[in-house]
Amino acid sequence: MKTRTGPIVEVRNIYKSYRRGTQTVPVLEDITFDIQEGEFLALMGPSGSGKSTLLNLIAGIDKADSGTITVGGIEITSLSETELAGWRATNVGFIFQFYNLIPVLTAFENVELPLLLTGLSRSGRREHVDLALKAVSLSDRADHYPSQLSGGQQQRVAIARAIITDPTILVADEPTGDLDRHSAEEILDLMERLVHELGKTVIMVTHDPRAAGKAHIIKHLEKGVLNSDVHSEDTL
Amino acid sequence: MFILKILFKNAFRHKLRTSLTVLGITIAVLAFGLLRTVVGAWYAGVEASSATRLVTRNAVSLVFFLPISYKEKIRQVPGVTEVGYSDWFGGVYKDEKNFFPNFATDAKTAIDLFPEFIIPADQKTAFLRDRKGAVVGRKTAERFGWKLGDIVTLKGTIFPGNWEFVIRGIYRGAQKSTDETQFFFHWSYLNESLKKTAPYRADKVGWFLIGVKSPDVAPDVAVTIDKMFKNSLAETITETEKAFQLSFISMTEAIVVVIRLVSFIVIVIIMAVMANTMAMTVRERTGEYAIMKTLGFGGWHISGLIFGESLVIAAIGCASGIALTFPAAKAFGDSLSQFFPVFIVARSTIYMDMAAGLIVATVAAVFPIWRAITLRIADGLRRIG
Repeated sequence: MKTRTGPIVEVRNIYKSYRRGTQTVPVLEDITFDIQEGEFLALMGPSGSGKSTLLNLIAGIDKADSGTITVGGIEITSLSETELAGWRATNVGFIFQFYNLIPVLTAFENVELPLLLTGLSRSGRREHVDLALKAVSLSDRADHYPSQLSGGQQQRVAIARAIITDPTILVADEPTGDLDRHSAEEILDLMERLVHELGKTVIMVTHDPRAAGKAHIIKHLEKGVLNSDVHSEDTL
Repeated sequence: MFILKILFKNAFRHKLRTSLTVLGITIAVLAFGLLRTVVGAWYAGVEASSATRLVTRNAVSLVFFLPISYKEKIRQVPGVTEVGYSDWFGGVYKDEKNFFPNFATDAKTAIDLFPEFIIPADQKTAFLRDRKGAVVGRKTAERFGWKLGDIVTLKGTIFPGNWEFVIRGIYRGAQKSTDETQFFFHWSYLNESLKKTAPYRADKVGWFLIGVKSPDVAPDVAVTIDKMFKNSLAETITETEKAFQLSFISMTEAIVVVIRLVSFIVIVIIMAVMANTMAMTVRERTGEYAIMKTLGFGGWHISGLIFGESLVIAAIGCASGIALTFPAAKAFGDSLSQFFPVFIVARSTIYMDMAAGLIVATVAAVFPIWRAITLRIADGLRRIG
């Protein structure tokens, strides 16, 4: 496990707006907060409150209008698109609501995909993928295509893909939004295990108070403004 | 290997669309190949011409004759090894649709000057001995079922009457590109008849065919011959056999230009079809490209995937088109052998087919690549779900 002092994510005075025709629509206003290493943070808020936008900014897939974001000591707001792509490949694991697996690739190949950007040999990649699939209890489904897996299984494959490069942070956008209650529980338990057993830092956007209840800290966004922190025990 | 697998799987994700696009490319490449082969067939005579043969004809036009007496004068020109002569006979076998080129020629020199016409020694001897003898190319003999010894009657169009010949030889071409449809017979047979029926046309030939020592002396020989007959009743133009053949083609140049143009238009059309396929493909996979970008794949990776997929589709279509060009050209050549005695798919045509495939793949991928690499990840992810 990496040892660091200070927060793993530092968000400082972030502003973000979108242009809709001639109008400028503010999405995030003066957002500042920290996330400590090994923390499980949930971002909640109504639709359009800017939580997914904030997640995208932290994950380096969108650019802020102003402000800085530092992840693992790297100020990602100053990186170019190409640098950001390289940074994402090794520092961020993504888990999406609709799993976003490549349909023509098997579970094994989907998990292997991020490793193509590393210098790992074929046997090295195989070893990593086997371990990741084992971690999500899907070793027996390695040769299955996404269409042959249930929603919960697909999301577990997506989690295996997210952790395969041992990233600094894991970002999850409504990871249980497309799952039934039982599968959602399984996924949340798996994410909890990633935090507790592997020391991963997880940032999760969710509408579901039950999912947010698994987090250490819950942050609420309202019309692009961050409200005070709530500890998960208080919400349940 | 992994990437290749993705390319093939992506290419055939929408099987019907890809199959139709591949079919379109196959037909386009086939059409392109055949049209290029038609152009090649047009120039087959030029390609087969020898650098050591010159042709002397009347300076006014080919329809005007030259006196046979020029032969000996030409023979004296330094550098000349042999002089033969010919007339376009223009005979018709039974019906006008049964066209094949036929000539009255100086038999002995014709055989010597055209080593690419391979005639067995015994047939050569039989031909030279028989005043009514004729030698015919293998393709024409097969077309009409003629055998050695058969008596063939041609109806004269330029020289009226029914002309009877005995097939004494059947020649084969030394190369694939040699014309095997010609029919030639003794000029003396024609001339003797003309002396009786149309004496003013006797002792005249359509052109002289001149063998020279080497290609280097050809220009000087040509100048000397033409100078020799300057200010005579029948001034001459002497040119290489290639230039002589090209002068025929220049009469039909507009057709060749149109065929060439159509062949390129076919490629442009399929380029548009392919571009449409690739544009639809990339639009459908916007979300996937956004995911790949999210995972850290850069513009080059995405470009490679899209171009690779375009290349896979174009390559399959192109290979199928090339494979079909050969049997199609054979069937086409067989059915139109009277117009295109040599109909061979040239190596350069295959290279052009491949180049066309590559250009189609590249052009079709340009716009989708641009769209994919300029796609903002957040926008791409929004399209999923």
